[in-house]
Amino acid sequence: MTQPVLTRTGQSVPLPEGVQGIVADWSSDQRAFKKVPWGKAMMWIFLLSDTFIFSSFLISYMTVRMSTTEPWPNPSEVFALTLFGKKIPLILIAIMTFVLISSSGTMAMAVNFGYRKDRRKTFVLLLITAALGATFVGMQAFEWTKLIVDEGIRPWGNPLGAAQFGSTFFMITGFHGTHVSIGVIFLIIVAIKVLRGDLDHERPGFLTGRKGKYEIVEIMGLYWHFVDLVWVFIFAVFYLW
Amino acid sequence: MAHAEGQQHPIGIYLKIWGLLFVLSTASYLVDYFHFQGYLRWTLIIVFMLLKAGLIVAVFMHMLWERLALMYAIVVPTLLLLVLLGIGALEADYTFFSRGIFFGAKLF
Repeated sequence: MTQPVLTRTGQSVPLPEGVQGIVADWSSDQRAFKKVPWGKAMMWIFLLSDTFIFSSFLISYMTVRMSTTEPWPNPSEVFALTLFGKKIPLILIAIMTFVLISSSGTMAMAVNFGYRKDRRKTFVLLLITAALGATFVGMQAFEWTKLIVDEGIRPWGNPLGAAQFGSTFFMITGFHGTHVSIGVIFLIIVAIKVLRGDLDHERPGFLTGRKGKYEIVEIMGLYWHFVDLVWVFIFAVFYLW
Repeated sequence: MAHAEGQQHPIGIYLKIWGLLFVLSTASYLVDYFHFQGYLRWTLIIVFMLLKAGLIVAVFMHMLWERLALMYAIVVPTLLLLVLLGIGALEADYTFFSRGIFFGAKLF
């Protein structure tokens, strides 16, 4: 599909697609990322750097786990909960996963309604996303409390086995939880902007003074989906290993 | 219009992907619940993980509809992580081996 762009002469020329498109975009005299607001391109580049941070954590975790000679505590049992008199393995983490995925779903819909300029729906969906994110952080706080108080797990050691379990666990989930918390704060800020109509009336933001546009909802969404994305990897390699 | 509003897709696609992510998450939870072990466990976990990651990036983050210049700029550099992964695994094997020799004869 070729979409026309405006040029100075007022004529529209289609942008080339495929490999030719990559070469054309990168060698053009203008910006390389076409049809993307620069804020969105910058968010993607930030997320790429964040990907490397989280990957470094997860790969270091793999390295210490593979190299320890002590037995590794079984995550399936450590994160089990007793519900209705029955011990269910890993159930807390499963619920947290579903909560975070649901928040990603509502976020995607908020972006969609934002571009349709449906202020009320966008606001409500953003608020639900923030609430689900806060729920996730709350459950994580519960999980940390359980591990620290009841199980005696510390970053430098624990009674269940390899000391590396505590250090990697608190490091990785702590960093992820911080990301979620920051996301919740920004979700609330964006939600308020949407409700006030700042984006419809292009009012300048208080920090950067840039004109308000609905693309900030999508940029917020990119960050939020990324947080969910990281959790997918943490869930798989930390809890299911 | 210089920039007619960006990503516009029917709501249905998000709901479908949402459902699919729920199914995949349940499936990966069941892998643990039914105590699958060995290669079967690892294959399933990694396949579900990559599918979920792919769906989130492609649809929720709209990467599917971006121009290739952006897609390649973001996705290709992450492949470098495979190198780090390989180095980490090699290093871990060596450390494990050395610890076995110097600290615990019981391992061999």
